[in-house]
Amino acid sequence: MNWDWAAVVDFLPRFWDGLLVTLQVLVLGSVLSFTLGLVWALGFRAPSRFVRWPVHAVTEFVRTTPLLVQLFFLFFVLPEWGVQFSAMTTGTLAIGLHYSTYTAQVYRAGIDAVPAGQWEAATALSLPRHRTWLTVILPQALRRIAPALGNYVIAMLKDTPLLAGISVLELLQQSRLESAATFQYIEPLTVVGVAFVLIAYPASLLVRSLERRLV
Amino acid sequence: MSEELIRFENVTKRFGENTVLDDLCFSVRAGQHVTLIGPSGSGKTTILRLLMTLEKPDAGTIRVNGGKLHPADEKHRREVRKKIGMVFQHFNLFPHMSVLRNITEAPIRVLGKSREEAEARGRELLEMVGLADKYEARPAQLSGGQQQRVAIARALAMEPKVLLLDEVTSALDPELVAGVLDLLREIARTTDITMICVTHEMNFARDISDEVLMFDGGRVIESGSPEKIFSDPEHERTREFLGAVL
Ligand SMILES: Nc1ncnc2c1ncn2[C@@H]1O[C@H](COP(=O)(O)OP(=O)(O)O)[C@@H](O)[C@H]1O
Ligand SMILES: [Mg+2]
Repeated sequence: MNWDWAAVVDFLPRFWDGLLVTLQVLVLGSVLSFTLGLVWALGFRAPSRFVRWPVHAVTEFVRTTPLLVQLFFLFFVLPEWGVQFSAMTTGTLAIGLHYSTYTAQVYRAGIDAVPAGQWEAATALSLPRHRTWLTVILPQALRRIAPALGNYVIAMLKDTPLLAGISVLELLQQSRLESAATFQYIEPLTVVGVAFVLIAYPASLLVRSLERRLV
Repeated sequence: MSEELIRFENVTKRFGENTVLDDLCFSVRAGQHVTLIGPSGSGKTTILRLLMTLEKPDAGTIRVNGGKLHPADEKHRREVRKKIGMVFQHFNLFPHMSVLRNITEAPIRVLGKSREEAEARGRELLEMVGLADKYEARPAQLSGGQQQRVAIARALAMEPKVLLLDEVTSALDPELVAGVLDLLREIARTTDITMICVTHEMNFARDISDEVLMFDGGRVIESGSPEKIFSDPEHERTREFLGAVL
């Protein structure tokens, strides 16, 4: 086994392209999962069970089926229904949707942990329902769950290579293309692996320090 | 004699099998200071929570200012709620907001005051409760007694007609109780706010009350002036209860 620095250098242009795509998927997927997760969490608490029940059913279904299956489903079945998205869009939607079912549970735990007395004080002050959510409940819930959300972002980062399965040109897919062209496997894969460590490890330190500061 | 402001008509409240209030009737006139006494679990907190619309009665009618609080539509309930303030045993301040913002949030959002106006009034109230210099602090940086005084200022900032006080000193260290009670005496003396007060501080109750209601078994078993109830109670249960707490 010999290590070829020239192969590393050759891979770099693809690497930067792939990194950009991976980070794009991560950022957009996170935003989607945070937003949709909050919508689910509010749905869990809806006054009507005709809202609660479907929200439970959908989120449980998405949460308990594999992300890769969902990716393939959206990628191959949506076009048959006349919905055409790029691989990248499909991948981002799938990963965001999948992770929203995890963040929904995190939000729910955070919201449930806000003491009943906070709701009661808000009622006693006549704060309207949406004000109570926005200025009393959610700020307290979010503070508590910020580290847990951060951990899901890191988990999502590590799931982005699944998007190679539908040919999204993220890091892993770029390394596969490189290897297919040059028959060099070790260098591109190693570079990709190291890149994940270099992003994920500092991120996990950040989450940990967040945990310490907020608790 | 002032007009009647609050009236409980045959109010029944159950939690599962437990009938907490049983066909309860009583009324409070505007500007009155009424103290509710009775053994733990006799339903005193539940009465305040019904008035604050934190609970719903299973039967009977609660009237505020003549209008029905329950059954009523949500719009009317909101109107009534604005006129009633409540101070809780455990303060329930908003921990992520400064002291001043705790006080100004509702006046701005609910009464539609401008920020300047609300903050000016908030500072006046903080001055009144003796915490003028703490406006920037977070609740966690204050002692229990200080937190409760902020909670009182927060309730007053909504300019309530009625103030509900639920054992507001029972979560405090003994040395902090007097300060809060003095503040409430001051409020009772200088405002025309109707006060309904649950307390085990009998000296305080004697000082501020126009009327004392003794609860037991989900009903008012005896009521009268503090002199009458504390010196010459008629009911055996009242004597027993006062014997235990005095
Ligand atoms: N949310 C609730 N669920 C079930 N039981 C309750 C609830 N709130 C109060 N109770 C019961 O109602 C009774 C009266 O409670 P409460 O009004 O708090 O009494 P007090 O304030 O006089 O001590 C108690 O037996 C209590 O256990
Ligand atoms: Mg009580």
